[in-house]
Parts: sequence; structure tokens; C-alpha cells
Amino acid sequence: MPLLDIRNLSVDFATASGQFRAVDGVDVNVDTGDILAIVGESGSGKSVSMLAMMGLLPWTATITADVMSFGGQDLRGLTPRQRRKIIGKDMAMIFQEPMSSLNPCFTAGFQIKEALRLHLGLDAKERHAKAIELFEMVGIPAPEDRLKAFPHQLSGGMNQRVMIAMAIACSPKLLIADEPTTALDVTIQAQILDLLTGLQRETGMALILITHDMGVVAETAERVQVQYAGQKVEEQPVGDLFETPHHPYTAALLAALPERATSRKLPTIPGVVPGQFDRPMGCLFSPRCQFADDRCRNTPPAPCGPELGLARCHYPLNAKAEATA
Amino acid sequence: MFRYLLSRLLTFLPTFFGVTIISFAFIRMLPGDPIIVMAGERGVSEERYAELIQQFGFDQPIWRQYLDYLGGVVQGDLGQSFVTKKPVWDEFFALFPATLELSICAMIFAVALGLPAGVIAAVNRGKLFDRTLMSTALVGYSMPIFWWALLLIIVFSGMLGITPVSGRISLLYYFDNPSGFMLWDALVSDQKGAFWSALHHLILPTIVLGTIPLAVIARQTRSAMLEVLSEDYIRTARAKGLAPGRVNGVHALRNALIPVITVIGLSVGTLLAGAILTETIFSWPGIGKWMVDSIFRRDYPVVQGGLLLIAVMVMIVNLTVDVLYGLINPKIRKR
Repeated sequence: MPLLDIRNLSVDFATASGQFRAVDGVDVNVDTGDILAIVGESGSGKSVSMLAMMGLLPWTATITADVMSFGGQDLRGLTPRQRRKIIGKDMAMIFQEPMSSLNPCFTAGFQIKEALRLHLGLDAKERHAKAIELFEMVGIPAPEDRLKAFPHQLSGGMNQRVMIAMAIACSPKLLIADEPTTALDVTIQAQILDLLTGLQRETGMALILITHDMGVVAETAERVQVQYAGQKVEEQPVGDLFETPHHPYTAALLAALPERATSRKLPTIPGVVPGQFDRPMGCLFSPRCQFADDRCRNTPPAPCGPELGLARCHYPLNAKAEATA
Repeated sequence: MFRYLLSRLLTFLPTFFGVTIISFAFIRMLPGDPIIVMAGERGVSEERYAELIQQFGFDQPIWRQYLDYLGGVVQGDLGQSFVTKKPVWDEFFALFPATLELSICAMIFAVALGLPAGVIAAVNRGKLFDRTLMSTALVGYSMPIFWWALLLIIVFSGMLGITPVSGRISLLYYFDNPSGFMLWDALVSDQKGAFWSALHHLILPTIVLGTIPLAVIARQTRSAMLEVLSEDYIRTARAKGLAPGRVNGVHALRNALIPVITVIGLSVGTLLAGAILTETIFSWPGIGKWMVDSIFRRDYPVVQGGLLLIAVMVMIVNLTVDVLYGLINPKIRKR
């Protein structure tokens, strides 16, 4: 049984102008020790689906799923009290903006020890020792001093390390990293990714990496799930995805990578992700897809089989190559 | 920290001199001659009038009078009342504890109710409690103090008979009042019931004086909390699995306190202004009533001195607020 099993997850937000579907029938499967990357543009529902699972969405969100289980426990219909026993302990999350994700009024030590007291019930001395151990694990120099520092006294990279230390404080089975490097300098980005994959190897936890950076995906992930406009459009092991993308959107994303550019001008995907009012009738990617025809524009495609990366497309790419291989 | 305090104290100097000039000038702009007012209906002869003019120094040019006054102030001498002949300083400190006692009670009332009400309203944004509270706060803020006071007196003293109409303590009790704080002195006077009587007398004035600060604090707390609740670090706190009480009461409130402390500090000024009305209505022997009486008597030294001392109080409160900012939010401490 997978550690995390989500099937047909949808999230709707009640807005002033009606319902808005941010996540539309997404499946997520993660086993212990997996590294899954969820990739997509802004607004593709990557973060929202994970926040929905953590129960961190505002009350305007309506969450439905056929299956949503974590470690064998059904997450649907949990009371808030039951859910709080799981999140922060077995399932932890780090966020995009390290500088604003830590409370400016409290020291780094206070914020990490808070989690240790809540979930592990350690006394003050044990908490202090454990906090220092965690800071050392995430590579924070002079941990004793850093515990007393306020977030504004630390750099962005250092704050993200504090966030990671906080997230792994209770040895979670699953760590969700929501664009953990987007707000950081390029040099720091690599360090943080190394840290995350290193910790993953050491502890054997599962890691879900939400990102829009294909470079990050190539370096870290084992399996990739591509999301577009709230739907999962493709899922493949990382090597195969880069090698033989099946969904035109994936192919377009890869073609837009500077490393893969063949012409002087970098290829782009024309248009933007559809919003609340311009949702296409058929395939959601059809208005931007260079292969789209009338069938694409009128009939929403169903996901193909696993041999085609579950691509949600009428005309998956590289189908022949797959067949002959 | 010490250097910071020192630099803040230096900025007080211009304000201090400004207040002396304004209070000196404004009371003299009021029509009416203090000597004529003192003489009352009997009037005063021309020779006596000239004599008194000279005695009070009103024959001197105005700048000369101001410099004489300022000279006294700098040496800690605020002059003496035209009417009672007692030093302004002594009168002020005899009456100030009554005002302070009432103001402290009003502030406790406003903060103790306003802060939690604002937090609960913010957490339940848009729900019935929120809407009821916010419209009630608007009414409280807009209500004229004297009308509200009279209404409360009619209902609680007149119709229900459960609170006294005026004064600080029942006439049944008599004891020394060394500290000037009636609650405290009654408590240590070992007369049974004295403390309760003093407390009883405080109820209505406290509610009346505390209503506007209560409304302001509740609204400010709500809006500050709403802003903070959408911050990333609140999501982090919730992602840790912390209970809502701790997320709202510790992680959010601490950050929301900065603007709330600001309005609490500003309310102190309002409180002293409100004390003038409240004290007059409830015959509360404090500085508010004292100032009003002195203005009617054209008692220049009392008005000048009283205004100056109140201004200094407000400045001290503002300084305290600035220091508190740093204690609450370490990011501000750095500057």
C-alpha cells in the first residue's frame, strides 16, 4: 500500500464571482522513500492540492476526493484535532518564502522547540539538545547562537534551513517542499536541494517537491507529475519524461528550457493558463497547443494508459517510439 | 537602548516648549479678565485693580510675562493658583491620583474586553459575532460621552438602583487617603465594605470613560489580526499542527499587537480629554474637573500648569509605547 494515496482530488474555491476549480481530479501516489516532483506553471494547482491534503486551505475551499489516505489512515472526514496530530509530525511542509514563513516575533529556537514540545512531549532540556542536533543536521553553523536569533537576523538560505529543521523535527514520513528554492540565490538553491535529497536518503522519508523549475526536477526527482490548470496531464519517471514526453504541454515545457534551445530565440508557450471564466470546453491545453484540432477543442481527453505516461491527451506524442521500444 | 531613550528625550524639548507657548497664549486669548472674574459681582475699585494688575505682573509686556513664567517652569515652579493661592504642583498631585485611578480602570476595562473581542471577530470574520461586534463598536465610538453617561445613570442608578450616581466612595466610610488611590487606601483601611463601596463607585465612570477606547481597540485589533492571519508564518504555525488557540493567541496576536499598542497609547490622550466630561458628570474629584473650573475662573497658572503636566504625561506614554514596540517585535529594536 502506498504511503500517500490520493485519487480524484478536486478543490473548489467559493469566490465573489462563483465557484472556481483550482484542482480538478488529481491523483497523487507516493511510496516511502519516493521523491516525486510536481511540476507546472503558476496557477496549475500544485500547491493547492498539497495544502488541501494538509488541511491548510481557508474555509472557502471545498475539497472532494475518492481516496485520500496517508499511512493507511483516511484523511477525509478527520476532525481538526485528529488532523493536527498528523500534520507537523508525520507529514510536514516547507514553503516558498523562507523570510516570511518564520514568525518575526519569535526566535528560531522558540519556533522549532514548539513543534518538539507539541508532538514529542520533550522537556526543556531535551528540546534544546534536539534542536541543536537538528540545526547541525541541516548544516547551520554555530547552532547554539542561531537558536537565539530572530528570523530577520538570518539570511534567506539560513531561514530555509531553519524551516527544514522544523519540518523534519519529528521525523516525518512525508516531507512536502513547496518551491523551496524559488526565493533563494542560485548558489544557495543547489545547497538546499542537496540538503533535502541528502536528508531524504538518510531518513528514508518520502519527498514531494513542488516546483516550476525543470532544472530542479532533473537534479532531484525520481518521478515527475506534470500539472496543468488543476489537472494532472502526465506522470513518468524523470529520465523517461525528459527523453520521451507524451503530453504536448510537457514537450513544450521541455522545449522552453534554455539548455535545450536549438534556435537563437528561446521557444515559449503562447498564451496563459485558463482562468475562472475562459475555461475551454475540451482539453484545457487546447488553446495553447500547436497540435490541437476540433476534437481537442470540444471533447475533454481521458488519461492514456501507463505506457503513455497517463497523458491526458487525444494524440499523445512519441506513441510510436514507445510501441516499438 | 540608553542612547535611543536619550535621543527620544531630546525630541521632547521642542514639544515641551511648544506646549508652554500654546497654553500660555490660548488662555490669554479667551475674553475675560481674571481680576474681574475674581472680584465677582461686587466689582473692584480702580486703584485696587491697578494694584492687582501690578501684583500679578499683567502690566509687563506679554513676552516678559512669558519669560517669567518659563523661568519658573524650568526651575520646577509652576506658580500658584490665583484663586486658592496654593502651588499648582500641589493641587495637581492632590487630584491626579483620582484621575489616574479612573483612567487605569477604564483602560483595563477597554483592553480586557476589546482585545479578545477583536481577536474573536477576526477569527470569525464575516460571521454573526463579527458583524454584531463591529456595528456595536461603531455605535460606541460615535456616541457622545455625556449622553451615554446620563443614560447609564438613568438605567443603573435611577431605575435599577444598583450603582451610585456620583462621588468616589460612600459617605459612611472615612479614612486617611495618603496614596490618593481610593481602591488601595480603602483596601488597607481595614473597614469592611470600604473597598466594595469604592469599586461600586468606579463602575459607571469606568464604563463611560472606557467605551471609546474599547471600541477603538476592538476595531484595531480586528483589522490588525485580519492582516496578520493571511501571513505566511501563520500557515507555517498551522502546518506544525498547533491548535487554533495557540496560532491565533500567540503567533498572530503578538504580531498584531504593534498597531494595537499604538492606539492604546493614543487613547491615553483621549482618556484625559474624556476624563473632563466624565469627571464633571460623576463629580469625580480629578484633574479634568479641576481644569474646567480653572478655565471658567481664568486661573491662568492652573490652566497653564495643568495643560503642561498633562502634555508631559502623554509624552511619557508615547515614549513607553515606543519602547514596547521593541519588546514585542525585535525587528523594530534594531533601528
